[in-house]
Amino acid sequence: MDTIIKAIVFLPLIGFLIAGLFGTSIGAKASEYVTSGLMLIALALSWYVFFDVALGEQEMIKVSVLRWIQSGSFDVEWGFRVDTLTAVMFVVVNTVSTLVHIYSIGYMHHDPHRPRFFAYLSLFTFAMLMLITSDNLVQMFFGWEGVGLASYLLIGFWYKKPSANAAAIKAFIVNRVGDFGFSLGIFLVFVLFGSVNFETIFAAAQTYLPAEGAAAGEAVVTLFGMHLEKADAITAACLLLFMGAMGKSAQFLLHTWLPDAMEGPTPVSALIHAATMVTAGVFLVARMSPLFELSPDALTVVTIIGAITAFFAATVGLVQNDIKRVIAYSTCSQLGYMFVALGVGAYGAAIFHLFTHAFFKALLFLGAGSVIHAVDGEQDMRYMGGLRPHIKVTYWMMFIGTIALTGVGIPGVIGTAGFYSKDAIIESTFASHSAVSGFAFALLVIAALFTSFYSWRLTFMTFHGKPRASSDVMHHVHESPQVMLVPLYILGIGALAAGYFFHDHFFGEGYAEFWKGALFTSAENEILHEYHHVPLWVKWSPFCAMALGLFTAWYMYIRRPELPKYLAEQHRGLYQFLLNKWYFDELYDLLFVRSAKWLGTFLWKEGDGRVIDGYGPNGVAARVLNVTDRVVRLQTGYLYHYAFAMLIGIAALVTWMMFRSSF
Amino acid sequence: MTAETLLASLQLSIPELILAVGAMALLMIGVFAGEKSASTVTGLAVAVLIIAGLWLVLKTGEGEAYGGAFLSDPFAKFMKVLALIGSITAMVMTVGHARSAQIDRFEFPVLLVLATLGMLLMISANDLISLYLSLELQSLALYVVAAINRDSVRSTEAGLKYFVLGALSSGMLLYGMSLIYGFTGHTGFTQIAAALTAEGRSLGLIFGLVFVLAGLAFKISAVPFHMWTPDVYEGAPTPVTAFFAAAPKVAAMAILVRIVINAFEPVVADWQQIIVFISIASMLLGAFAAIGQKNIKRLMAYSSIGHMGYALVGLAAGSMAGVRGVLLYMLIYMVMTLGTFACILAMRRKEGENVENIDDLAGLSQTNPFMATVLTVLMFSLAGIPPMAGFFGKYFVFMAAIEAQLYALAIIGVLASVVGAYYYLRVIKVMWFDDAKGEFARTAGELKLVFGLSGLFVIGYVLIGGPLGSAAEAAARTFF
Repeated sequence: MDTIIKAIVFLPLIGFLIAGLFGTSIGAKASEYVTSGLMLIALALSWYVFFDVALGEQEMIKVSVLRWIQSGSFDVEWGFRVDTLTAVMFVVVNTVSTLVHIYSIGYMHHDPHRPRFFAYLSLFTFAMLMLITSDNLVQMFFGWEGVGLASYLLIGFWYKKPSANAAAIKAFIVNRVGDFGFSLGIFLVFVLFGSVNFETIFAAAQTYLPAEGAAAGEAVVTLFGMHLEKADAITAACLLLFMGAMGKSAQFLLHTWLPDAMEGPTPVSALIHAATMVTAGVFLVARMSPLFELSPDALTVVTIIGAITAFFAATVGLVQNDIKRVIAYSTCSQLGYMFVALGVGAYGAAIFHLFTHAFFKALLFLGAGSVIHAVDGEQDMRYMGGLRPHIKVTYWMMFIGTIALTGVGIPGVIGTAGFYSKDAIIESTFASHSAVSGFAFALLVIAALFTSFYSWRLTFMTFHGKPRASSDVMHHVHESPQVMLVPLYILGIGALAAGYFFHDHFFGEGYAEFWKGALFTSAENEILHEYHHVPLWVKWSPFCAMALGLFTAWYMYIRRPELPKYLAEQHRGLYQFLLNKWYFDELYDLLFVRSAKWLGTFLWKEGDGRVIDGYGPNGVAARVLNVTDRVVRLQTGYLYHYAFAMLIGIAALVTWMMFRSSF
Repeated sequence: MTAETLLASLQLSIPELILAVGAMALLMIGVFAGEKSASTVTGLAVAVLIIAGLWLVLKTGEGEAYGGAFLSDPFAKFMKVLALIGSITAMVMTVGHARSAQIDRFEFPVLLVLATLGMLLMISANDLISLYLSLELQSLALYVVAAINRDSVRSTEAGLKYFVLGALSSGMLLYGMSLIYGFTGHTGFTQIAAALTAEGRSLGLIFGLVFVLAGLAFKISAVPFHMWTPDVYEGAPTPVTAFFAAAPKVAAMAILVRIVINAFEPVVADWQQIIVFISIASMLLGAFAAIGQKNIKRLMAYSSIGHMGYALVGLAAGSMAGVRGVLLYMLIYMVMTLGTFACILAMRRKEGENVENIDDLAGLSQTNPFMATVLTVLMFSLAGIPPMAGFFGKYFVFMAAIEAQLYALAIIGVLASVVGAYYYLRVIKVMWFDDAKGEFARTAGELKLVFGLSGLFVIGYVLIGGPLGSAAEAAARTFF
């Protein structure tokens, strides 16, 4: 088993090294086949591990690879911790990654830099696997930064496009903000528990807080001048860790990078910015559930941020015109759902949604890629329309993705993957005892309505109605090759069936047997049972929201296509507000970017240029030249000047010696 | 003086006798063989210098001679070997250039041999009288040599300036000597020191000291007695300049060290101040004034002024480490200077004219990579950049100054060497980064040999520094 797990993690690394170092010499074809082939092996092994660990009897597996850092009581080693949570992530990451590898063979076949592209994809996969298999926070941080790096490289893959470079830098910098919090969180955890190893932390966390009613205890740590006792210290640690999760998972306030990240090639968006990397934040909180369970306050913050994100991103998605941006905001919104689930203690539901979301969101992105491929690189839905007859397969795959995302299904009977996971979240939110459960529930249901609307709007604008593209483009519309369609079929199956088959395991009868303690729930946490007993209207509310959204979209884009324009005119302010993403980019530009640039320019021109250079190197150099000028002028060439200088010299020396002697 | 002591004295001064007799013999050969004998005489002169050097190293003992006026000790030997090497090398370098520089006269090698004789006597001088006589012997030969190219206005002007100012400095030197004699009643260094210990210092004696030091500072071209240097270096034919920059400096520095440490040891606090002053002034002027130069010979003139300042830092320390530093510094300085002048002599266009501007070196890295590399190494060394020899020279004198608690001196020295690095680096920049203007003619073999060896020494000093350091230490121990 140890070897299998090592193989899963290191095969993508080998692929990266081969394609990255020798890509140009072995050629693009070979790079594609080598990386994809290695991923296929890793995929097969991942499913094997999943069946063995998650569905079988196998207990948590621990594999140690290398000693890494040992300094005083700080002891970190490279090690893998494979429990059900990791096994689920194995399946998600490797399935999507493998399909994206294969899909990219078709999608990127015009690109001259394919070896580099596949090398980056494999590098990303390796880093992501490092992140999810880590058995301590530091190794996790390594993977965390590794996926950030790969994301940066892939967003900026077309480095000749200025907008792609800007987007890559933006993604990196916004993530720095979150990572700053994450690293502080790691430090704080180390201060509190004396270790960064999960096993030690989780064991200590059980008995960390003083018993109910006991004295609060003295302060254990001082943070920003506040003296925190144990409970507050845990809250602080959780919030700092959550800050990292917010950055990586593009939550409200740190979300601005995700839509811009769509500058990368579409398969990248599917892999990194929909299915895997952005869910790392969710994974982090789920992994740290033993800590989060100790802090109701931190969980409340997680719930609020998640609910706002779900709502906010959905509103923005309503009016976007770029097909990828709509899906990007949808991703952002769905991540919000996951965080709400985490916040109300329904960790299983969160991971379940992560699991199903990976299928249907990757499907949507790859489908969108297929559409973009068909219409010659066009991404604006206003120039699409009427594509259904030309690309039937893509249409039906996108259709499956859409019904999965919007959660089509009949409560209590059967439904798509999204139906099971999303409804579980909404019902848990209602059932939870969280102080903000009502607020979160309302926002999530509204977001579900919006989700349905923008998803169907996307479908209708792209595939239905009259063609709005130029006849030249329409003439060339073609279905994608099989190498791109097969991944869609597989994801389509997942999007339809994953919910039905797995909902019992993830968040139902088979919960304990499935997770085997990988997700920690405290003794008071009864959400697993309570969510079944919500009122009927709650069970039906997501369905109604979905149906209403579908109808509105149909009415506005099929029945009366002139209506959206009229509404936009009518409510100009609101429309602009949503179209401009609540003006977050402008606000951040004003607050942070401009002020940082102003400060930078000031320090550069005034501080460095005028003060340091002026009085430093340049000033000294200029003074040296002045001195040189004068000294050189002394050398007149006249003999009597020279003799005079000698006599003056000796007179000065004599005078000096005379005065010195007399004292 | 009995016959026995005379014989012993003669034995101690055999190298000098070889040079004196050799010079006269060479003169005879020249006179009888006529103008065309210049190259023969040069060859013979080199042979005479080599024989004198071999005798000096292998056969000469130690001791006083001629009633205490002449002293042969390890220090003298070390400096004499340096001076001889400098003279021989300079003379070798003239061979190919005698015709183009219009110094292809048989008097030229003879004058160089006479000048070298003056230097050796000066290094061994242990008495004010012998000091003055040997110094004048050397100087008179040099005055003539500077103006050897009679058809060149610049050369004659240089010679005349040098002569007039040299006469002025000789006057100062003599005046100082007379004051010292007047206030101590002795001319021998040992006796002067004894008298000073016995009677203490007096103002008149200090005056005499100042004048003597001024006269000697003129010879090593230390500020403010340096004014002749740039003009003479530029005006004199290049082989002559190469000679000027090396051996005479060694000899003058040797007698300066000997007189302050032997004769004026009791008034160390007084001469130390004077040395510190001229040392600082030389370092600063050498660093600043060289920046403005376009002519590489003028640049080397200011460079040598600066280097004398650094060497004096070691002397100012007045300790054994300091003297050892001075000896090593002079050794390294001489090798670097000769190598650099060999490169300058190689700056000859294909059409046959010699060029002297720094800009003429542009693009040398492409046209003559070997010479460019050697000159680069030499410039790095002159700037004092490790691991070149020049760095160690500076390192030893600065360390000596710090041990003697002359912190201000050491700091100013380091800062001056930073400023000075600029103009050395500029030469390197011109060679490697500017576009070539034209090619130089093929470099003569002897020049290649000289600058090749010099470059090798500068790079390899790390390896041979140990034995050289212990030789210098043995020489410095003479005084302590």
